[in-house]
Amino acid sequence: MRNKMVLFEVVRTALTIAIALLLGYLILIFATDDPNTAFKWFIYGPISRLRRFVELLNRATPLIFTGLAVSIVFQAEIFNIGAEGQLFFGAVAATFAALYFPQIPFLHVIIVLIFAMAAGGLWAAVPAYMKAKWNASELVSSLMMNYVAFYLGLYIINYHMRDVNAGFLVSYKFPRTAWLPRLLRRYNLYPGIFIALGFAILVWFFLYRTKYGYELRMVGKNKEFARFSGIKVENVIIYSQIISGMVAGLAGAVEIMGLYKRFVWQMTPGYGFDGIIVALLARNNPLAVIPAAFLVAYMRTGALIMGRMTGIAPEIVMMLQAIIILLITAEAFLSFWKKRIIEKAAMEQEEKK
Amino acid sequence: MNELVHGILSPQFFYSILRVTTPILFAALAALLSDVAGSTNIGIEGMMLMSAFWGVMVSAWTGSAWIGLLAGVTSSVLLSLALAYFYLNLKTDLVLAGIAFNIFSSGATVFLLYLFTGDKGSSSSLKSYVLPKIDIPLIKDIPVVGDILSGHHVLTYIAFISVFVVQYFIYKTPLGLRLRAVGENPDAAQSVGISVKKIRYISMLLSGLMAGFGGAFLSMGYVSWFARDMTNGRGFIGLAAQALGGHSAFGSMWGSLLFGLAEAASYTLQAIRIPSEFTNMLPFIFTIIALAIYARSKLLQIKKIKEEEKKA
Repeated sequence: MRNKMVLFEVVRTALTIAIALLLGYLILIFATDDPNTAFKWFIYGPISRLRRFVELLNRATPLIFTGLAVSIVFQAEIFNIGAEGQLFFGAVAATFAALYFPQIPFLHVIIVLIFAMAAGGLWAAVPAYMKAKWNASELVSSLMMNYVAFYLGLYIINYHMRDVNAGFLVSYKFPRTAWLPRLLRRYNLYPGIFIALGFAILVWFFLYRTKYGYELRMVGKNKEFARFSGIKVENVIIYSQIISGMVAGLAGAVEIMGLYKRFVWQMTPGYGFDGIIVALLARNNPLAVIPAAFLVAYMRTGALIMGRMTGIAPEIVMMLQAIIILLITAEAFLSFWKKRIIEKAAMEQEEKK
Repeated sequence: MNELVHGILSPQFFYSILRVTTPILFAALAALLSDVAGSTNIGIEGMMLMSAFWGVMVSAWTGSAWIGLLAGVTSSVLLSLALAYFYLNLKTDLVLAGIAFNIFSSGATVFLLYLFTGDKGSSSSLKSYVLPKIDIPLIKDIPVVGDILSGHHVLTYIAFISVFVVQYFIYKTPLGLRLRAVGENPDAAQSVGISVKKIRYISMLLSGLMAGFGGAFLSMGYVSWFARDMTNGRGFIGLAAQALGGHSAFGSMWGSLLFGLAEAASYTLQAIRIPSEFTNMLPFIFTIIALAIYARSKLLQIKKIKEEEKKA
């Protein structure tokens, strides 16, 4: 039966994606005279050139981090949706460390990453503490923390680290020792994707192979039961969010160290909310986060390439993502089939007796 | 410093508090109307955005601000009914569905804006219309008070009148009673023959209505154009304001006014060269602190009741 349930989830996910794509096509018919060309670029774009495929890899990188971050808190049934703020503030902290710490090769990169993790963890700790101590809604407080991170971050960058000679609102360029170097000479591939994959395995190990991960999942499954079996639920509520924040903090830092080599955002990049989609697609499983992030990145890259080629606004992809969230979380979607699997398994068990 | 005192004590400052409170108040009432029936409407942000967009578009096409308002509010209500359908019929998690609707609205408005106007940032190339401001006879002639209370946008008055209407509706009408019954204990309500589903549909619809007014105010009063993501978190702030005020429309109003005060003060502080990033941050920090205080007092209350129960 377990295998059948996995199959059920896989089919359900595939069907959801198919419906979203179909809907995307319908919108295109509505929006342009030549929907086929546009759709072709959307589907085929990311694999049409190696340069575009590298673009896809780089776009998947932050989504893996935020997808992991959201998966951790969702596994504990905590609705902390502050990954956006955590990654933004993580990137600001990374900028600080990159600009002001001694430029020792290799070590500098590690220090910058640690700073980003610390800042993300710190940012997540506020709603975590408020939830554990006073039972304040982490949903609202983490949302507010996103805005605080955004404005405070912009203040720090624009008033203290701004490169006035750049012509844009950006920070000073990082010293070379804080770069994640290019791996290919002709293509802008940086090691971010490998760091992200490493963290996916780390998070999987944490959740499924350590005591802390086990406690976290128990709290998510049944809080009261966890409490009765001696788990300190308040501690779990706090550390699950802090660990999640640390992972989210990396999302921003890794991207700016690899792609831009300076702080460039004047708007939040939106990876935090994308992380929610990734986590939902992956059913909060850290290893499944990898293909889920690739899928979302693929859609995003495809939409951008379509936009470049045909002039259709790539924001169309946001509508498709919304559809995916809705269908995946809608319990009633295909529920008749799930019911049949359960019923059949129950009947078989009955017969065995 | 003098400048600051002068700025804060001027009638214009109080006038601006009411002005910036308006969309937050609509959002808070939207949050209240869904919350009394036991559903958290995270989608208010997206509903406001949709309403702001269609308000501008339809007013530009028809040349009438009122038809624009109608279109904006209708779009918001339709969105709230769709959200209710996913929540009540398809059993989608309400918070995640709300987030999905926000993402959808954010994308759809930019996509359509580009399709209709060729511009992705704002609708400033369109000639759209704004709803009128109203001078209140008699009151407008009183010094200071007249400057503060009169000459507001029509929707500002509707917002504050709605506070009384919503309060009356929730606590003095049969339908309001049912809403509260469903919110308090859906199973008990069901057992006495109230259709929980129907009541929650109605509460979502009313919530969408309020959010629609709030969104229309932003693009047809606060400013006279639509800009991408122009709600800028006001839907969420409305949720926080309602959380502060509990299940009372007046509570939601005071909560909203607090945020309005913080926002208006941030503009005044900006005038004396405090960085805008810093002043923009204020209302959000304020929310977090207020939320902590509120949650703590609620926790103490529960503890107190439990202790009294033990004694008894």
